[in-house]
Amino acid sequence: MSIVLKAEGLTKEFKGFVAVKKVDLEVEEGTIHALIGPNGAGKTTCFNLLTKFLQPTAGRITFQGRDITNMSPADIAQLGMVRSFQISAVFSDLTVLENVRIALQRKRGESFDFWRSEKMLSQFDDDARGYIEDVGLGEFTNHRAGELSYGRKRALEIATTLALDPGMMLLDEPMAGMAQQDVERISALIRRIAKNRTVLMVEHNLSVVADLSDKITVLARGEVLAEGDYATVSKSPAVIEAYIGAEHG
Amino acid sequence: MAMTENESGQEVRFLKEVGMPRLHKVIFLVLLGFLIALPFMVYPIFAMKVMCFALFAAAFNLLLGFGGLLSFGHAAYFGGASYVAAHAAKVWGFTPELAVLAGTLAAALLGLAIGSLAIRRQGIYFAMVTLAFAQMVYFFALQAKFTGGEDGIQSVPRGDLFGMFPLQDNIALYFFVLAITFGGILALYRIVHSPFGQVLKAIRENEPRAISLGYQVNRYKLMVFTLSATFAGLAGATKSQVFQLASLTDVHWSMSGEVVLMTLLGGMGTIFGPLVGAAIIVTMQNYLATFGAWVTIIQGVIFVLGVLLFREGIIGVISRLLKRRL
Repeated sequence: MSIVLKAEGLTKEFKGFVAVKKVDLEVEEGTIHALIGPNGAGKTTCFNLLTKFLQPTAGRITFQGRDITNMSPADIAQLGMVRSFQISAVFSDLTVLENVRIALQRKRGESFDFWRSEKMLSQFDDDARGYIEDVGLGEFTNHRAGELSYGRKRALEIATTLALDPGMMLLDEPMAGMAQQDVERISALIRRIAKNRTVLMVEHNLSVVADLSDKITVLARGEVLAEGDYATVSKSPAVIEAYIGAEHG
Repeated sequence: MAMTENESGQEVRFLKEVGMPRLHKVIFLVLLGFLIALPFMVYPIFAMKVMCFALFAAAFNLLLGFGGLLSFGHAAYFGGASYVAAHAAKVWGFTPELAVLAGTLAAALLGLAIGSLAIRRQGIYFAMVTLAFAQMVYFFALQAKFTGGEDGIQSVPRGDLFGMFPLQDNIALYFFVLAITFGGILALYRIVHSPFGQVLKAIRENEPRAISLGYQVNRYKLMVFTLSATFAGLAGATKSQVFQLASLTDVHWSMSGEVVLMTLLGGMGTIFGPLVGAAIIVTMQNYLATFGAWVTIIQGVIFVLGVLLFREGIIGVISRLLKRRL
């Protein structure tokens, strides 16, 4: 298996505080890779570094063999590495259909044509409906995204991301704040979309991680503590100590 | 006109139609009919003033309501364009349409230059940067030779349209101004409802998400800033031809504040709100002028009441009650 995303010596300092310290990470193509760790372990920082929403202080990131360390987040999305957000990221005032169309519109490149009618965007409607049906939101196609329940917003977010047909998806706590029945639905969805994609996710819900991931990287205090499949990392004394220590601390 | 099917059979709010919804078409037609009759009912100069400000507010609303960017320096483009247009008509002897065009182009360039610096900051810092540049334009207008300082540029001749049709008559000028402002407002409507407008709304709703979908959001912001400045300039340039005057009032910071007030009062992010807001404010200033300095106080009270009672603005509230976008 080839390595699709690779970070070497990834470091991020905030005014003297080192949030992420020399993290090495290799994500294999076609796997679901989870990034876990106690609160304040640097997971989200690490995630933001990989998607270039933060610029690393030191280190190097390569995606599909290409150095992306100094690229802009929009460039990375165009290379096929698309992220989600911890708080559900939908365009509230747009309809569900329009939300997905915004992603499909990317196929035209940038949309600077302010003189054309938006009617031309209806060419993407059928594709958009496909993605919307796919995540089970068919009956909400013409609803404003802001009116959807939390779980459905996350489903819409995934539909929008899928519409870009990215080779790699980075999910930031996809289950955060979700009811159990939604967790199962989104888990199934993630498993299905990961069949021909690479997924890297940050997740708190350990049962989800155990269930979904092929490989887990445990972070604590900004450093990699352990790596391997769930059975391996859950037995690691360092991991047990970090989690229990964190709970008592 | 095709209506999007309501597949679920449930109640659907803000049902999306393809192209211009019939309701909007009807409103625009009624408005056009009203505006054609207007100069025969009220003083044409007053009606033209309302239309210029309606276009100015609509241009400002493109940036604030659809781009999510609060500029506090739009007087720079409005007033800047009025100076250039007045100078072009008076000194260079441009015909009215060319003078307006020159003013508009100047505003576009100014918008491009200021916008490219301002969009690097967000929120209040963005507003402050735009204000700072607008103040620079104000002091330029005060100090430069060709702007006439405190006097402004006065007695700008009303030339002949295309060098052929004289616009000295108020009614003739009125229809020239109607064509420009109504056309400008329709152009802004198209911008909001274009592929570009869709991305713009997405950026307004959630900028990081738009970035993560691969959009270079700063380019969209610069584009909308420039477009907004251009149409603000079109309004200012037209106004200078109506009043045959370019003055410091048009570049003063209070003009930047007034357009914010018009837009918020009418309803930002709505199509018709800025037009209503502009009409109310200009009418008030006109008919309450006898109260002198009290106009400002009355305006202030209305603004406070507006913010407290209906934050979405007049058209915003109506739109919510009717469950239709207006």
